[in-house]
Amino acid sequence: MPILALNDVGVRYGAVAALRSVALNVHRGDFIALIGANGSGKTTLLQALHGLVPHTGTRRVDDRGARQVMVFQRPFVLRLSVWNNLRLALWLARVPAAERSGRATQALHHAGLAALRDRPARALSGGQQQRLALARAWAVRPDVLFLDEPTANLDPSAKKEIEAMLAAFAHEGMTLVMSTHNLGQAKRLATRVVYLDQGMIRADLPTARFFEEHLDERAELFLKGDLKWDV
Amino acid sequence: MGRVMKTALFAALMWAAALAVAQDRSIVMSSTTSTEQSGLFAHLLPAFKKATNIDVRVVAQGTGQALDMGRRGDADVLFVHDRVAEDKFIAEGFGLPRRDVMYNDFVLIGPAADPAGVKGKDVVAALSKLAASKAAFVSRGDKSGTHAAELRYWKLAGVDDPAVKSPARPFDYRACGCGMGPALNIASSSSDAYVLSDRGTWLSFKNPGSLAILVEGDKRLFNQYGVIVVNPAKHPHTKTALAQAFADWVVSAEGQAVIADYKIDGKQLFFPNAER
Amino acid sequence: MSAFGESFQTAVALVVQADPVLLRTVALSLAVSASACAIAAGLGLAAGAWLAVITFPGRRVLIALLNTLLALPSVVVGLVVYLLLSRSGPLGAWGILFTPSAMVIAQTVLVLPVIAALSRQLVADSLRDGGDQLRSMGARPFTAALLMLLHERWAVATILLTAFGRAVSEVGAVMIVGGNIDGLTRVITTTIALETSKGDLPLALALGLVLLAIVGAINALIGLAQRVQGTSLAGAR
Repeated sequence: MPILALNDVGVRYGAVAALRSVALNVHRGDFIALIGANGSGKTTLLQALHGLVPHTGTRRVDDRGARQVMVFQRPFVLRLSVWNNLRLALWLARVPAAERSGRATQALHHAGLAALRDRPARALSGGQQQRLALARAWAVRPDVLFLDEPTANLDPSAKKEIEAMLAAFAHEGMTLVMSTHNLGQAKRLATRVVYLDQGMIRADLPTARFFEEHLDERAELFLKGDLKWDV
Repeated sequence: MGRVMKTALFAALMWAAALAVAQDRSIVMSSTTSTEQSGLFAHLLPAFKKATNIDVRVVAQGTGQALDMGRRGDADVLFVHDRVAEDKFIAEGFGLPRRDVMYNDFVLIGPAADPAGVKGKDVVAALSKLAASKAAFVSRGDKSGTHAAELRYWKLAGVDDPAVKSPARPFDYRACGCGMGPALNIASSSSDAYVLSDRGTWLSFKNPGSLAILVEGDKRLFNQYGVIVVNPAKHPHTKTALAQAFADWVVSAEGQAVIADYKIDGKQLFFPNAER
Repeated sequence: MSAFGESFQTAVALVVQADPVLLRTVALSLAVSASACAIAAGLGLAAGAWLAVITFPGRRVLIALLNTLLALPSVVVGLVVYLLLSRSGPLGAWGILFTPSAMVIAQTVLVLPVIAALSRQLVADSLRDGGDQLRSMGARPFTAALLMLLHERWAVATILLTAFGRAVSEVGAVMIVGGNIDGLTRVITTTIALETSKGDLPLALALGLVLLAIVGAINALIGLAQRVQGTSLAGAR
């Protein structure tokens, strides 16, 4: 039983169809990598899964997939301390007051941010802010974590740190859906790869199969980096 | 920011509370800008407060507006100087019978060089000469007692509407719709402008430039002040008893003496003439 | 230029001697305008936040109207509030005409659109950056708007300072509803108007300088506070 299911879902922005007739089932424990060219609909698909945009078709959320958080490419943190950003997230997620301090502390340590606890969150580096965003997400114990190109703006060492965190989350049993440009990242982390082209899902396979078998012609071109821009 | 807001709010509430207490023995008096600017109230009202412990809050406007304020019931007592308008006010039922309090006089002010040649003792003749000249006249044009008097003098000089230009009357008539001070300011900034003013405002005016008194002493320049208590029949909420206390005091021997006592540069400004 | 020189000397003399009338007038100016800004801030920030997130037909018209009210002449506000508070008006029974309370009300009406319009713009712009993230974290639209006000608190401080400047420097509204009563409702701006009409121009200018100095001091304090906060922010963007 999928914890999150989209069926025949379409999203339009004015005259443009960003997603067309998408069907996707997310199962507990999945680590799905969404790949595709710019404009293929990855972000829109994430938003549709998360329930952030109006759409046609059906979106079904199981109890076991109810708590969801999204982490964006550019982390948005408030002009508060790292600690208060965490507490705010817990408050917004309606976590009982008594538990908030404990969970915030755990999240701080889990993300390796304990030393930066009282620093203004905006003073952190890009990588540190993204770690904070992930800590913030982890603190509320989401069932599903959506990530929109979370390492696109980061330098290689920061990238490694984030990937390590995501791997740890997956290991703890969290379900993750992540869009990425980085094929190596998809290979390293994901259990399943979904390829999007022009708003439609062209391929949806377990990672190993995806990278080894022959696929959709355009998917092949994409993987080789030969897919032209003017599509 | 929250602390600042709280402090400000607290201050505001304290104000309101203090106000509520102060409201009790206070009245609002509607009067004219010329009277206030003469400085009379700063001299008169403390004496009244000492005698009766009543605060008088003066709102100073032109006579027309002062009377309108009485019609709306926003004042408890009026202190103005336009007999005709006052009588109308009382006839309309808005005021109790008026009492004479004091008089001062108007003076015709102009450039010391007197380009229109109006200097003398006759205000009507002066205005006739002025109308035939190329000089300018600054009018308050604000329905004040001074403005009403000015229009009466023009009529006597044969000028029904001074704003209307004609070859026989080439003078420049400038109506500013303003108080006595601003009108004097306008005249003082010009080299050939004349203006009718009450003596009190003129004596305390601090920007005379090259202006000087050119006509004074004409009996017609006599400016009578009256005190009117707002009629409680029309506006029951007004503080009639306290207002009456003021009206009674200002025509009493004591009040009249205080008025006579007010001087600028050793010169008496107002001449008490209440009936006994 | 002599009028300016004389004014400057008069201004310094007034301040140095701590002339009691001046002090009382300044205190009243600050109290009235600060109170008005406090009240308008409570209402205006809430209204601005609400307008930034609500959607309903005619919203754009309402926003255009609000922005138009930024140019509301203070004398018009004074007139309207006067007619409301006059004994012959609907709220005459309150009996607060010609008291500082009436002045606070008039100035609140005056600066409320300023705060609402500017905070609406601020929140709308901020939500474009972080609105999705806050929503994802479970914030309802109005909660997100309020969080953005917290997030942009220094910009909010600038908005409130703008409103305060507008209030403390206006003369039309407080003149009409306050009556410029000596010792009760006379503030710096109405005193300037009075002294100007009495022809005492140096004194009027001097008072103007005093007013500017006060607002300048408040601005400097806010700037200082921001810098103090900033040093502990060590490079925050």
